[in-house]
Amino acid sequence: MATNTENSGPRTLGKVRPHQTQNEALVFEKSSPGKRAYKMPPLDVPAVDAAALLGAAHRDTPGLLPELSEIEIIRHFTRLSTWNYAIDLGMYPLGSCTMKYNPRVNEAVARIEGLAEAHPYRPDSLAQGVLEIIELLQRCLIEITGMDAITLQPAAGAHGELTGIMLVRAWHESQGNARRKVLIPDSAHGTNPATAAISGYTVENLKSNAEGGIDLEALAAQVDEETTALMLTNPSTIGVFESQIHKIADILHAKGALLYMDGANMNALVGKTRPGDFGVDVMHLNLHKTFSTPHGGGGPGSGPVACKAFLEPFLPIPVLARRTGIDGPGTRDSGTKGTGTTGQLCWNYDRPRSIGRVRAFYGNTGMFIRALAYILANGPDGLRQTTEDAVLNANYIRAKLEDLYELPYKTSSMHEVVFSDKRQAARGVKTGDIAKRLIDYGFHPYTVSFPMIVHGALMIEPTESESREELDLFIEAMRSIAREVEENPELVKTAPHSTRVSRLDEVRAARKPILRWRPSE
Amino acid sequence: MAYPTNYRYTREHEWISLTGSIGTIGITDYAQNSLGDIVYVDLPKVGDAVTANATFGSVESVKAVSDLYSPVTGTVTAINEELKTSPDKINETPHDTWIIKVEVADPAQVNSLMDAAAYEAFIAVEQ
Amino acid sequence: MRYLPKSPAERLAMLAEVGAASIDDLFEVIPAEYRLTHDLDVPRQQAESEIVDYFRAAGEKNATGYASFLGAGAYRHYRPVVIDSLVQRGEFLTSYTPYQAEITQGTLQAIFEFQTMIAELTGMDVANASMYDGSTGAAEAVMMAVRVTGRHKAVVAKTVHPEYREVLATYAKHQGLHTTLVGYDSKTGRIDLAALEAAVTDETAAVLVQSPDFFGVIEDIPAIAEIAHAKGALLVVSIAEAVSLGVVRPPVEADIVNMEAQSFGVALSYGGPFCGVIAAKEKFVRQMPGRLVGQTVDSTGYRGFVLTLATREQHIRREKATSNICTNQALVALMATIFLTVYGKEGIRELAEHNLAKAHYAAETLAAQPGAKLLFTGAPRFHEFVLQTEEAPAAWSQRLLDAKIVGGIELSRWYPELGNATLWCATEVITREQIDAAAKVLAAAPVEA
Repeated sequence: MATNTENSGPRTLGKVRPHQTQNEALVFEKSSPGKRAYKMPPLDVPAVDAAALLGAAHRDTPGLLPELSEIEIIRHFTRLSTWNYAIDLGMYPLGSCTMKYNPRVNEAVARIEGLAEAHPYRPDSLAQGVLEIIELLQRCLIEITGMDAITLQPAAGAHGELTGIMLVRAWHESQGNARRKVLIPDSAHGTNPATAAISGYTVENLKSNAEGGIDLEALAAQVDEETTALMLTNPSTIGVFESQIHKIADILHAKGALLYMDGANMNALVGKTRPGDFGVDVMHLNLHKTFSTPHGGGGPGSGPVACKAFLEPFLPIPVLARRTGIDGPGTRDSGTKGTGTTGQLCWNYDRPRSIGRVRAFYGNTGMFIRALAYILANGPDGLRQTTEDAVLNANYIRAKLEDLYELPYKTSSMHEVVFSDKRQAARGVKTGDIAKRLIDYGFHPYTVSFPMIVHGALMIEPTESESREELDLFIEAMRSIAREVEENPELVKTAPHSTRVSRLDEVRAARKPILRWRPSE
Repeated sequence: MAYPTNYRYTREHEWISLTGSIGTIGITDYAQNSLGDIVYVDLPKVGDAVTANATFGSVESVKAVSDLYSPVTGTVTAINEELKTSPDKINETPHDTWIIKVEVADPAQVNSLMDAAAYEAFIAVEQ
Repeated sequence: MRYLPKSPAERLAMLAEVGAASIDDLFEVIPAEYRLTHDLDVPRQQAESEIVDYFRAAGEKNATGYASFLGAGAYRHYRPVVIDSLVQRGEFLTSYTPYQAEITQGTLQAIFEFQTMIAELTGMDVANASMYDGSTGAAEAVMMAVRVTGRHKAVVAKTVHPEYREVLATYAKHQGLHTTLVGYDSKTGRIDLAALEAAVTDETAAVLVQSPDFFGVIEDIPAIAEIAHAKGALLVVSIAEAVSLGVVRPPVEADIVNMEAQSFGVALSYGGPFCGVIAAKEKFVRQMPGRLVGQTVDSTGYRGFVLTLATREQHIRREKATSNICTNQALVALMATIFLTVYGKEGIRELAEHNLAKAHYAAETLAAQPGAKLLFTGAPRFHEFVLQTEEAPAAWSQRLLDAKIVGGIELSRWYPELGNATLWCATEVITREQIDAAAKVLAAAPVEA
């Protein structure tokens, strides 16, 4: 119960104190022949002689996997887990990552047997439950984005970007000219130009204006008949809403180009405005950002792509459909022809203009379940309130730190705020150093040195999941570090000081990569 | 670090030293300092053609990649094999660690590049 | 709202500190013409118990309690319970990508262990930290071969999973990659080696095969490698059933291995999330897509782990990246790591042998039924097999469903030339009872008039 009044009782000790963590070697180093953690039930069919059955295809030398008992496995991974920071421990101020609370009910429902055990090729008649979940999620996401159609197939944001650009390409080709280039602001996330390049397009950079937004005149001059699309993040990576976006859409549409929106920053928009309403033609979402599915140390994610009606025919196959009769239109069913009842959900493969598949099966269903659970837990009012709290939190941090940290852009922030290390750099301390020192205060660093249009950026997105207490602790930490920069810069430059490993030699790791364990000779 | 007066320099921070028609090419102290610790050099093959102002390889640090631009047009006659195991030599002695040697098509092309004084003035402005 | 840790009073106080009269002030930047004035039309806020009820009902509508002979790229194996106990720890579940190595050594060491185990099992030098899945991994592996060789053609076996081939086709279209399909030998179900030899030229970047292939048949990897390498092409072997590596020799002659590791403790979950991974020979490491974890030391000399060789990736190379991939599949890769640690060196072999035994019995028993015939008997198989029946699959599959059995998948949708053929899979979880029951149903075919 932290308060900041004078007579609040015992002095709060800040967010962290050091404590011991267990050491733990690699599993291979703890292995011993004969230790077992598994037991197979007895075979109820005749055993086979594998060598005889497989002949030359038989494996003589087993892989060098470890041999451990169950308790050693539990201790190994439990000890490893204690070396990780996590949302469950505290705030991640990472910009554009939206590190919000991962609700536990999501985990529980994703593990319900009928859903978790469903094979993707089971007959549609046995899959109506999961198909209804997919249908409801699609409907909710279309409503949230203000678009007309959606695919849930892409496995992550970058995958969704690729899918989205392929839709754009397919449409242009249907208009008679694939066109050559994609416009991307210099503030964009790296996946944007990478996606454009692997889609076979050349990338043309769009310089941001003095406010960090799009310069409309420059854009109008740059868009021509060879421009496929503009890939835009809104709010931008500096957390600013592009209030001219409908005009941007008009400029593009006038030359037959499309507006692609990177949905990474949807946490500032849900329930307050809809991309479909301000001129976006196609966009991707990140279920692992805005919709609370867990990051899990780096994945899995899910990157649905929503689009306007004119792009719908090009969506990846298959598309969820309802049978209109016993022998429904264009439905391919995995084995129960003739049993389809009217109105049954099914997968439709008869889509002649589709761009094809972007992955096997239907997408990361486990993440759909979690995202839908999140939407249901919030409801319309919860979703709006979530966005409001996210924006309030970011602005609170901005107000409490702008006297100590340089704000490169004076435009109002939405769900994230970007500072620069300009003042601290004068003392030889850079954003990366401040970030490492933040670790000693019990926080994960914010996003360092991105976006590239801000020199020495500190990109901070608290999300709605942070209480005022946690925000105050964060602010207190950042203010304390700013003081340290003045009084004892070396302390900051050599941080962190409290972690179980100190700064790791990345140069050595890149010069002489050791990417696996090997038994010593 | 001083910039050797018998070298010529490009705006992309490469240096070239000409002996007859063979040009020896590396990157400057300014470049290695901006890059940080170099972890890898992507080299062309002997026999490859290079074109003035076009890329012939790249230099990587942990956090960045920098293209290498050829100061001249010609053919690669040698690559510094040592860089495959010790790319850090470029950080230590950038002006003595060569990257490639090129048979220069037109040696006079080198004269249009910056001399040491001009290059030093150039980087003073960049900073 | 349960997930929002602020009281109304706190919101007001914070608004005051920000200098805003109301929350609307903070959204003023959004032009009125598209600022929403009413809440979204999504279902109303649900209590936790209502949410659980909703999904439970959906789960029931999804029909549990069926024996299943489905395989074809997604496999039902027993998942040791320690997997979920461990991955649901908040420090794994809710942790971010390990860019800040000092506070994510747990994730990084676990990935290092994953990379090691995958390299060991596949016979390659190095493995990455995982890809989205086997299908996108196959496309990425072929793209990798294109980068390494500088060539722009690929030769693909028709017995690679059809949906993997569809994904490759989608990627290939935009990369100017030309693919040639090579058929299979009707007796063995393996790739037609003569046709392969004719198709591979010195313009071929990659030969892509799957082993065990879509029909469950194990390819002759050394022979295929010879053909590919003779023309300077790289051999990419795709493995859809990772458990096979417990008993099948690893494709050591391959240059790149693309594997779907879902079988290693990842739930079926109607097709995703799964766990792809790419492994390769050391010399190709700088062309590998995806994240890589490397070993290093900290300033005091302690061993630690970091993400490394990041210059291949999108956040540095941007438009010159090896791929646009950003996420890996860390949590499912962790499931695989735990699974492999539980089974270990002996267990993975014993598990694979159980699969072999069940499938062998199932194949013999089902093929012995009147009107049924086993195809592709000329080559060794792992745990899948192709059955051809006189009676149309649509008829007996309904009978099987009535007996609460899901039979093999119809192959006519992808291989119409095989007529009434179906693909069956028997893993260690299928019982003798269920196999015998299926055989009985199959045998009850109506006699042709």
